[in-house]
Amino acid sequence: MKMGKINNIMSELSVNHLLGIKYLTKQDIQLIFETADHFKEVINRPIKKVPSLRDITIANLFFENSTRTKLSFELAEKRLSADVINFSASQSSVKKGETLIDTVNNILSMKVDMVVMRHPNPGAGIFLSKHINASIINAGDGAHEHPTQALLDSYSIREKLGTVKGKNVVIVGDVLHSRVALSNIFALQLQGAKVMVCGPKTLIPKYIDKLGIKVETNLRKALEWCDVANMLRVQNERMDISYFPSTREYAQQFGVTKELLNSLDKEITIMHPGPINRGVEITSDVADSDQAIILDQVENGVAIRMAVIYLLASKIK
Amino acid sequence: MSQKVLLNAKEVNIILHRLACQLIENHNDFSNTVLIGIQPRGKFLAERLCKMLREDYKIKNVQLGQLDITFFRDDFRRSDKPLEANTTDIDFVVENKKVVFIDDVLYTGRSIRAALTAIQSFGRPNEIELLTLIDRRFSRHLPIQPDYRGRQVDAINNEKVKVNWVENEGEDSVYLIEKSLSDF
Repeated sequence: MKMGKINNIMSELSVNHLLGIKYLTKQDIQLIFETADHFKEVINRPIKKVPSLRDITIANLFFENSTRTKLSFELAEKRLSADVINFSASQSSVKKGETLIDTVNNILSMKVDMVVMRHPNPGAGIFLSKHINASIINAGDGAHEHPTQALLDSYSIREKLGTVKGKNVVIVGDVLHSRVALSNIFALQLQGAKVMVCGPKTLIPKYIDKLGIKVETNLRKALEWCDVANMLRVQNERMDISYFPSTREYAQQFGVTKELLNSLDKEITIMHPGPINRGVEITSDVADSDQAIILDQVENGVAIRMAVIYLLASKIK
Repeated sequence: MSQKVLLNAKEVNIILHRLACQLIENHNDFSNTVLIGIQPRGKFLAERLCKMLREDYKIKNVQLGQLDITFFRDDFRRSDKPLEANTTDIDFVVENKKVVFIDDVLYTGRSIRAALTAIQSFGRPNEIELLTLIDRRFSRHLPIQPDYRGRQVDAINNEKVKVNWVENEGEDSVYLIEKSLSDF
């Protein structure tokens, strides 16, 4: 008999892959958070490793550049004692014309149980899950979803403010090119938070209000409304045309400064998924202030990824 | 399903006092000893013994922690449902300490095997002992035996030993529950 569980939550995820927040239930998120609580305690021990996944092999397939997500996943896998193989598209046969399914099937022939994949094409993970026999975690597919980032963002809000439910969260910046924004909107709404996006009109997708969120183009009004502001980076590498006149003008209109925060009549929490462009979306004094939980997000990222990997791996038979 | 009482509240209380005295015999003032309850069920026994040592036997410095062994178990992916974790609460290092593991029932010994690995994350203890309220002999899968035992029980595989605590189930008692084949 299991003790200490007050809530009647499930002990198993409803999905076999983590392709997007869209496919999760509220109970799934709750289970991931409660499991992450235990892993957060584990990674703060003198010895931070547990042997749970010693017979699991995980392939990290990164068809697009990543530093922190890749490191975070790799660390999470190693803390769980899984065997890890890494693959970067820049050094691979993808350039020689191999298809995605062929590449992945070749890797799976080496007896891999789980695939963590980042890919520039939206839906790449969903496509793969229909064609291969392994558990898949989406580590970002184009401008579609980045579920583990959204989970760690919500987890960090829960840690800082006690709960996500009923909180007002504004996502500021380049929403158009952001997978973090979409996953965050789904995750926050699922947990009962109110969501707003704020940015230049050119960087807000058309019809985004159909998701049931508010749209605001005035940063001050957005900050006055919110409890939490999640600041996004302007993704210049995804921009084929000019979306705003200049970086300087963007920073003046949509950059969060200490003066702006001090002029509000309440203290809001500042988040950023990284990498930060200091002086553009937020100034250095904001990024390094007590209001910002940016580095807590990074630590929580490892715990959340351990929880997701642990829960999915336990469904592999 | 039928059940019979193995120990009632009075008997449990007598046994707990004996176990507490045996601990004192070996560990004196507990200055170099820590008690570790094995989650989930060892927690209640460990807390009870700790309270008894402090209040009835006036030993001031008894250190108590709770250890969760979920991530160290050897049956990951072998059961239908994922293994659910419990809280680990050890706010001291066990380096060079005498550690006493406390669990309610010793059955196959696999939990204790996992606990022996798990405790290494908190340092290298000088020695580790095991205290259990119920020792189900003849059921062991591993060469693990208790140093302090409350009661030895001969139970066969379709029988379950259930330990109840006032804090949790409303009474102190130990039941032997026989599952009929249809319960499996």
